[in-house]
Amino acid sequence: MLPIIFIIPIVQLLVLSYTATFEIKNVRFVVVDQDHSSESRKLIDKFSGSAFFTDMGHLPDYKAAENAVQHDDADQIIVIEPDFEKDLVNEHHAQIQLVTNAINGSAASLMNAYAISIINNFNKEILIKKLPLKFKGMPIQLSSSFWYNPELDYITYMVPGILVLLVTIIAMFLSSMNIVKEKEIGTIEQLNVTPITKFEFIAGKLIPFWIIAMIDLLIGLTLARFVFGIVIVGNPFLLLFVTSVYLVLVLGMGLLVSTLTNTMQQAMFISWFFLVIFILMSGLFTPIESMPVWAQQLNAINPLAYFIKINRMIMLKGSGFADFQRDFYILAAYAVLMLGFATLRYRKRA
Amino acid sequence: MSVNIHIEHLVKKFQDVEALKDISFDVEKGSLFGIIGPDGAGKTTLFRILTSLILADEGKVMVDGIDVVKDYKKLRQIIGYMPGRFSLYMDLTVEENLNFYARIFHTSLSENYDLIKDIYEQIEPFKNRRAGDLSGGMKQKLALSCALIHKPKLLVLDEPTTGVDAVSRKEFWELLKKMQQRGITILVSTPYMDEAALCDRVSLMQTGNLLSVNTPQQIVNNFLGNLLAVKTNNMYTLLSDLERFDGADRVYRFGESIHLVSQRPIDEVKQSLRDFLSIKAYQKIEIENKQPVIEDCFLALMEKTGTL
Repeated sequence: MLPIIFIIPIVQLLVLSYTATFEIKNVRFVVVDQDHSSESRKLIDKFSGSAFFTDMGHLPDYKAAENAVQHDDADQIIVIEPDFEKDLVNEHHAQIQLVTNAINGSAASLMNAYAISIINNFNKEILIKKLPLKFKGMPIQLSSSFWYNPELDYITYMVPGILVLLVTIIAMFLSSMNIVKEKEIGTIEQLNVTPITKFEFIAGKLIPFWIIAMIDLLIGLTLARFVFGIVIVGNPFLLLFVTSVYLVLVLGMGLLVSTLTNTMQQAMFISWFFLVIFILMSGLFTPIESMPVWAQQLNAINPLAYFIKINRMIMLKGSGFADFQRDFYILAAYAVLMLGFATLRYRKRA
Repeated sequence: MSVNIHIEHLVKKFQDVEALKDISFDVEKGSLFGIIGPDGAGKTTLFRILTSLILADEGKVMVDGIDVVKDYKKLRQIIGYMPGRFSLYMDLTVEENLNFYARIFHTSLSENYDLIKDIYEQIEPFKNRRAGDLSGGMKQKLALSCALIHKPKLLVLDEPTTGVDAVSRKEFWELLKKMQQRGITILVSTPYMDEAALCDRVSLMQTGNLLSVNTPQQIVNNFLGNLLAVKTNNMYTLLSDLERFDGADRVYRFGESIHLVSQRPIDEVKQSLRDFLSIKAYQKIEIENKQPVIEDCFLALMEKTGTL
């Protein structure tokens, strides 16, 4: 069991960090070019030349293109109208149609954004070329930079979150399975007749898992540093300190589940139920700000949401304790509460 | 240092099943008290109440003046409990299990070694083996060692010999006798009636009732009627034929023969029985006088209460 506890998170971290990315490369597009002009070709070349797009060929009409999407041979259709170049030259504006397969909503909006930025670029070039005298640049110059993750590198963004996730899963499962396992195999019967106190018992259950999870975190941080090159901007000891409190909370929750259930199956379903909700609402995969208000409020009881936030603040932003102390105190109070419940709920007598 | 047990009007219900129906009895200091009964008689429920694991609906249990409900903390210091199901850690070795339980009681293996010496010597060759890999008999000896590690004054054993081979069973009872000589009061349950004779006092338990509490000798002495063991060439039909025999109170299989209990004078029964069987064309008829053993008595008791 012990090797599993250490190897699985490592594997998960290595695999998930590379795969849990929102970047879309290789958007496959087909073109329905009804103009066949030099302008239309230029636009298409812009797409083909982008690292994000792969040209899947030209099709004679829209029907065929739709078919390609239908058969999942393409993700996006670019339709260029017959008089594209002519309109562009004569009327100074022309239209193209962009159709995106939105079976995966978030992927579709990204693909759309990529395509629009290419077209915008193209637009600008035309303006410069056609109207060199009039064009003085766009009235508002927009230049953006991404703080704390300048290259918008998803790995930098995801690894701290995934690390939290793995430590949470390990802690939650080890603890929630534990007491109930003793109930199932009957060892608790003999233990309950001994003078061991509730507090000693819960402490005995908590401490080994706490140590294991902390070691898992240290391994994960080492991997993050040397495999993914993520340097903890803030104080690593601050991170360990917050984690140590956070783990007491998660372990307390797991132990509470374990004292409330009678079979490992029940314990497993209950911990999964909470974990899935906590993970999906935590802001790891989707920003909390985009959730409905009630969901944001529900996150007040989501330990993962607090911890991912603090973790990213320390690791990426270099925040000090004062920056997140309110969240930390909530976590600490929550931990005391959960552990207290678990201790109270553990009955040495039925 | 030994303790007595006083149990008064104990009632326990699980939903609509009455597991214990108003049970009262006393266990004397330093005695070996056996509770004999089939599965589902309520033995385990009784023991779990006694060891403060569950609460009774009515009645009270006092161990050496300690109320098991109010003073359960005191009780847990002086009691050694061995549950019916093996309850030690399968993934710990023999030695680790012992050390673990010793430390829970704030003692150590060496401190109480003299008490468990006899038992521990038998499992010592396997001390580095995981408890899960031990044989049934060895597991029971380990469990007994763990239950004794803190020098309990009262030892409660729930079916310690169930699923254990005949030789190990015998050894186990010898160990219990030794513990008793050291002044430990022992309460043991078993489904095996032959083990009843090894106790100082026994009670028969049946569907939540205590049928009889007495010494094994007294129980045998109280047997009513004459007991005959019958054997013939054809044992298959014998039981059903004997049931139709006029002088038979009770007829039941017992080992290789069939036992017949009758209230009529012994010689008269023997003669009429021989005639009865001859008419039925049985051969090699053997009819013997038998001294009842405890099993005969329990079967009689069970039948009397209409539960068999």
